[in-house]
Amino acid sequence: MAATAIKRHTLPTRLLHWVNALCVFLVLMSGLNIFNADPRLYWGQFGAITDKALLTIGSPGIPGWATLPTWRDLATARHWHFFLAWVLIFSSALYLLISLFGGHVRRDLLPARSEIAPSHIAHDLWNHLRLRFPTGEAARRYNVLQKLSYLGVIFLLAPLILATGLTMSPGFDAACPWLLTLFGGRQSARTLHFGAAMLVALFIVVHLTMVVLAGPLNEIRSMITGRYVLPAAKSE
Amino acid sequence: MLLRSGTAFGGLLLGGCDRLSRSPTFEGILASADSLTYRVQRLLVGNALAREFTPAELSPVFRSNGTDDPDTDEYNALRENGFVDWRLMIGGLVARPLALSLAQLRALPQRTQITRHDCVEGWSAIGKWSGVPLGTVLDLAQPSPAARFIVLYCADELEEGDGGYYESIDLIDAYHPQTLLAYALNDKPLAVGNGAPLRLRVERQLGYKHAKYLMRVEAVADLKVIGRGKGGYWEDRGYAWYAGI
Repeated sequence: MAATAIKRHTLPTRLLHWVNALCVFLVLMSGLNIFNADPRLYWGQFGAITDKALLTIGSPGIPGWATLPTWRDLATARHWHFFLAWVLIFSSALYLLISLFGGHVRRDLLPARSEIAPSHIAHDLWNHLRLRFPTGEAARRYNVLQKLSYLGVIFLLAPLILATGLTMSPGFDAACPWLLTLFGGRQSARTLHFGAAMLVALFIVVHLTMVVLAGPLNEIRSMITGRYVLPAAKSE
Repeated sequence: MLLRSGTAFGGLLLGGCDRLSRSPTFEGILASADSLTYRVQRLLVGNALAREFTPAELSPVFRSNGTDDPDTDEYNALRENGFVDWRLMIGGLVARPLALSLAQLRALPQRTQITRHDCVEGWSAIGKWSGVPLGTVLDLAQPSPAARFIVLYCADELEEGDGGYYESIDLIDAYHPQTLLAYALNDKPLAVGNGAPLRLRVERQLGYKHAKYLMRVEAVADLKVIGRGKGGYWEDRGYAWYAGI
């Protein structure tokens, strides 16, 4: 039986995927360099070395291979971080515009009512844990776990990271003091910013693992040229 | 194979980014985001006030950071005398240069505010500051229309022989009602660790803008001719001039 090839991702999705992939990697790493300047997390309006910390990462902090630049340099890391944050604001706005009005969100990301039934999610989860992925026609669309994790990153984590990031800005706080009320203070916002960033890092790890398990060449090609070959059903 | 090429790609990316981080041209590109941030924040924030807190929200300890004692002969002499011989010199592009004593500053209309101090490193502390609004002092000195920035010169040197600490702000921040020449923290005269006898409070920016141990205030048209030209001690060492983020 000849393999069926489909066009999986539109050009804007592919282009913005790679822009975001590069920026998210670098913004995470520059964020870790910034974190190393005071590797403690606090809760509330204030928090400093004289106060109780929620979490303390002892010296030397996050290792250099995970930070940008690889040496301790708060000034340069901040330049990277804010530059990339601006790029991500523009690329995300573009993505949202295209995906909301172009139908990508409705067509490909929003799960159908039947898909969010607990029994369906449990079934998909069980198959994933056994490394059994959709094949044939079922692989034409994202499965419900993919849909929920993409939606979670796009509509929960990304806005949370942006809002908590802005809450750390003393200038922006003056314009929007309600952000301080919403997150319970600048130091709470910093902790939430870090936590949400770690969840994005977790998403990347799982995402890359799934790409490798699902057939890396086919998956990566589909995000470059758009061409995706539906995996054939394994005969048992 | 995949893991190896992934690691190789990661290494290449990191090495490339490290090289870019050392390139002055690329640093300039990255820093261009600073002026975007500055313009957007000035547009969005306008003259809005920083959040003020209640006495119940004060940090138990307001820590000292950066210089905790200038320890120069000049400063030590002033300190021994309780700063009675200290004068704040106000000059540059002003119609009436001034030399104000601590007593004269205390006699001017006072403002007290409980605000949050945010260090560029990430931590925050809440303190109660009293002082005279910088705008009040500038009104006395009458800056000329050519003045675009206010430069603050300090008594401390963070690295010996490397020029003194200094900072600069634009006129919007200089005349902002919460921008103070502060002489008291938590109802006590400023301790040496916190910048005695006088420090700047510029509440909508990060801690390094809040120059301590003030000696001289100057209205200027251009920052390029001061220090290494970037508008402040830390700015000359790579940090952003606008520290509202």
